Amino acid sequence: MTSPSDPAADASTRSIPDATVLFAGDSGDGMQLTGAQFTLASAYARNDLATLPDYPAEIRAPAGTTYGVSGFQLHFGAVDIHTPGDKVDLLVAMNAAALKVHLSRVRPGGTVLVNTDAFAPRDLELADWSDADPLHDDTLDGYEVIEVPLTTLTREALSDTDLSKKQVDRSKNMFALGLTLWMYSRPLDPARDWIRNKFSDRPVIRDANLAVLKKGAHYAETIEAIGTRYQVDPAAMKPGTYRAVRGAEATALGLVAAAHQSGRSVFYGSYPITPASDILHEISKHKNFDVATFQAEDEIAAVGAALGASFGGSIGVCGTSGPGVALKTEAIGLGVMTELPLVIVNMQRGGPSTGLPTKPEQGDLMQAVYGRNGEAPLPVLAPASPGDCFYMAYEACRIATTYMTPVMLLADGYLGNGSEAWRIPAVDDLPSFTVENTTEPTDRNMMTDDDGNPQFLPYVRDDDTLARPWAVPGTPELEHRLGGLEKEHETGNVSYDPENHERMVKLRAEKVQRVTQSMPPVPVRGPRQGSLLVLGWGSTKGAIDEAVDRCHSEDTPVSAAHLRYVWPLPADLEALVDGFDRVLVPELNNGQLIRLLRNAYDAEFLPLNKIQGRPFRAAEICTAIRDALTPVAS
Amino acid sequence: MADASASSNTNNTTKPAGPPGAKKPAGPPGSKKPAGPPGSKKPDGPTLPPGYGGDGGGCGLSRKDFSSDQDVRWCPGCGDYAILATVQRLLPELDVPKENTVFISGIGCAGRFPYYMDTYGMHTIHGRAPTFATGLKCANPELDVWIVTGDGDALSIGGNHLIHLCRRNLDTQVLLFNNKIYGLTKGQYSPTSEEGKVTKSTPHGSIDAPFNPVAVALGADASFVARTMDRDPKHMKAMMKASHEHAGTAFLEIYQNCNIFNDGAFFEFTERGTKASRALFVEDGEPLTYANGERGLRLDGLSLEAIDLTTDRWSVSDCLVYDASNREMAHLIGRMFDQPDLPRPFGVLYQTERPTYEQQLHDQLDAVRAERGDGDLETLLHSGETWTIDA
Repeated sequence: MTSPSDPAADASTRSIPDATVLFAGDSGDGMQLTGAQFTLASAYARNDLATLPDYPAEIRAPAGTTYGVSGFQLHFGAVDIHTPGDKVDLLVAMNAAALKVHLSRVRPGGTVLVNTDAFAPRDLELADWSDADPLHDDTLDGYEVIEVPLTTLTREALSDTDLSKKQVDRSKNMFALGLTLWMYSRPLDPARDWIRNKFSDRPVIRDANLAVLKKGAHYAETIEAIGTRYQVDPAAMKPGTYRAVRGAEATALGLVAAAHQSGRSVFYGSYPITPASDILHEISKHKNFDVATFQAEDEIAAVGAALGASFGGSIGVCGTSGPGVALKTEAIGLGVMTELPLVIVNMQRGGPSTGLPTKPEQGDLMQAVYGRNGEAPLPVLAPASPGDCFYMAYEACRIATTYMTPVMLLADGYLGNGSEAWRIPAVDDLPSFTVENTTEPTDRNMMTDDDGNPQFLPYVRDDDTLARPWAVPGTPELEHRLGGLEKEHETGNVSYDPENHERMVKLRAEKVQRVTQSMPPVPVRGPRQGSLLVLGWGSTKGAIDEAVDRCHSEDTPVSAAHLRYVWPLPADLEALVDGFDRVLVPELNNGQLIRLLRNAYDAEFLPLNKIQGRPFRAAEICTAIRDALTPVAS
Repeated sequence: MADASASSNTNNTTKPAGPPGAKKPAGPPGSKKPAGPPGSKKPDGPTLPPGYGGDGGGCGLSRKDFSSDQDVRWCPGCGDYAILATVQRLLPELDVPKENTVFISGIGCAGRFPYYMDTYGMHTIHGRAPTFATGLKCANPELDVWIVTGDGDALSIGGNHLIHLCRRNLDTQVLLFNNKIYGLTKGQYSPTSEEGKVTKSTPHGSIDAPFNPVAVALGADASFVARTMDRDPKHMKAMMKASHEHAGTAFLEIYQNCNIFNDGAFFEFTERGTKASRALFVEDGEPLTYANGERGLRLDGLSLEAIDLTTDRWSVSDCLVYDASNREMAHLIGRMFDQPDLPRPFGVLYQTERPTYEQQLHDQLDAVRAERGDGDLETLLHSGETWTIDA
């Protein structure tokens, strides 16, 4: 048996705990697809995994240029995988520009596979490498280099077909895929099945792709340039059924689950914006569930329609990114005043203004917590991983309807585009989600008005949650008016009374504060007391966990806690923070959570900020942990 | 929508009976009238003769039933009072359960309207009323949604939403109170103010060309476009009723006098001395005449010409016969705006039928459900490539 996918056939196979592979090429080279197929094969190999696509803001940048480079990074392992990988073990560079852009991400001694056909003078010129010769000068010193004429080999493999040159060249990514699958002892079958399915009605294309894929694997097995073949064993993962899920997809599924479990429609209003549009794309596919989607004329219309739908008894949700949230601000304030459920998903990106549309940043926390006119508090949640987007989207809907309040969900492009091996929850295990509308007049919710008529009181409050009743139009006897003008306590009538305004401001604040009742305890990695706590929020969890695990393996005393319920600050956080000498706060911004913490607690907080449109590497956090511990130790 | 009663019964047969969102219906609208709280002012429908309350009754209610207990705070003499009274007189005639009526407004003097109606209502933010109405109507197509707006609200800050509302054809009524001024902010020129307008913000005269609201609505492909005036309650009520009967976005511009900041802005069209000669009330299928039949409009090539019907030269048979379903004619007549020799048109200028937005939205949801069956969450979560790790 000499199947290319059988590692036992090759004596030089080396077992490694994990690996990071980065596929990079032109936007048109099919790198996202190649990465997705490698991911699928890794899932079949039972590895834990995390992925991150990295594509340009331009849709079709000129071929061969550095700003047209599209990448897909995948970290897979037999061990727990927290991030898409700090450093790249294998870079597949389909052209000179891809090598130029991504070489710095390869670890010293790492492997670089280059398509030598794309290093002609013209290719080098396009990559701004006119006076260099990277394949022959010292550029690649210190790396293991595999030179493969991918284009030539693909053309040879398909020399007997009737395909056009363009069609032939387009399948060279399958050569690269076959080659790399062999290098990491991945099965070819998932990719084969995918090709057969995808091109079932175009047999010539199907057969060409299958042939090239196989040629790639055979080539890898045959040439001597590939010194070592790697084996990554199955990960010891929690039993269950898994799938790869992207954050945007998981968010949409969480919203669908909220509709399903609450028995209530979800109305998703959105205006296209990177990187949130994928939520709209995904949720639009599932209209046999109780979800309606509305592509609005602008950001304001999206939130207005969502809030209008909530007035009508649906769960109004709108997804956007930071600039969109800025436009929605006034309507979110109306949601605070009218005390209607509303979920705003912010897939954060680098800012300010248009900023870095395709790059992640955690720069919108202050906007979420404080960014409205007047005293307009609302709860802020932040998923910690792509799969966690499912739970936090579901949770945002639950909190919004339980407390009758807008809720902001702060994800980012790193979570939205990134994927992980996600253990699929059992539907029965989801938190219960029952929210009733008020449908009957009662002694408590009715009064006699100035004309002697019974009048519904839309602002009487629940004793526990302080939520007001959700009575929807169409319900007899409960007619009432909502609006942006200050409400009189209980009656909801317009009121300019000074004492009433102060009372209502404090009631709205207290209601949001009470959301802490619904929060689970803050989970802690490591001891609950010590010299250093790393406290992060949202998408940085993977890097922090990996850093803390590395520190633990070196016996460095450090603990980590992570906020998914960011605002109001969880009730148990103060005691936790008090248990440590210092608290390190890593954030992908210039220091926002740290300001909230310093304002709330009397502890020593140390900032760790990265504002480069890129996620943290675990190594960066490790270094900060060691630095933070040094003065304490001395 | 031939009549309102038909619409509430047939137009929504696929919709849930109660407020949607809640799977368990809250009971059909009106089902618990007799079980209301003590002192319910809602009369027991079946025992009352039609017309109870003095304004002719579809739902057995009176004008008073639609008045909230809140003091109306518009300036004394404001045209808004007449509009409010007309709406309150009209609603009892419509066969719409009171709890299904919703008024959504934006910001401005007109924005206060919902507070004075004892119905469901929402006073939203500046210019955005159409967006909230869209979400609400999509969430529950059974609701009878009215949008109340002004010239600044609808045509300046909210211009984008207005045109997209018209384009989508949401089944709603837009009452645009046009007073050609910003009243609530105390007197700046508005997007409908005439060029040269001297206001607090334009002491040397406005240099902006004004919008003609009906032309904007026609340009945005509204399926119903009409104009009326606050000083003619009978016409206003008829226009509101026609707006209500139309299935789709019904755009109704109401010339409304702001007696504080822009008094008499429309007196040329609304007051006894000049109304007959300056206002033309179009009627579908009728020749276009005005000035008590002494004048008319004829087509001269692609232009309109005002003709004198008192001489031997012209007669009524020379006048253009109005066809409210003719888009080109609507554009021609709707554009009569700044020509001093032509009258200003009032009435239903254009009406056509096309599918409503919320109907299409729900039809699509129903079709997907019919094709695929009710969604199964367990199956959805397990879709795509999955793998299982055994215990």
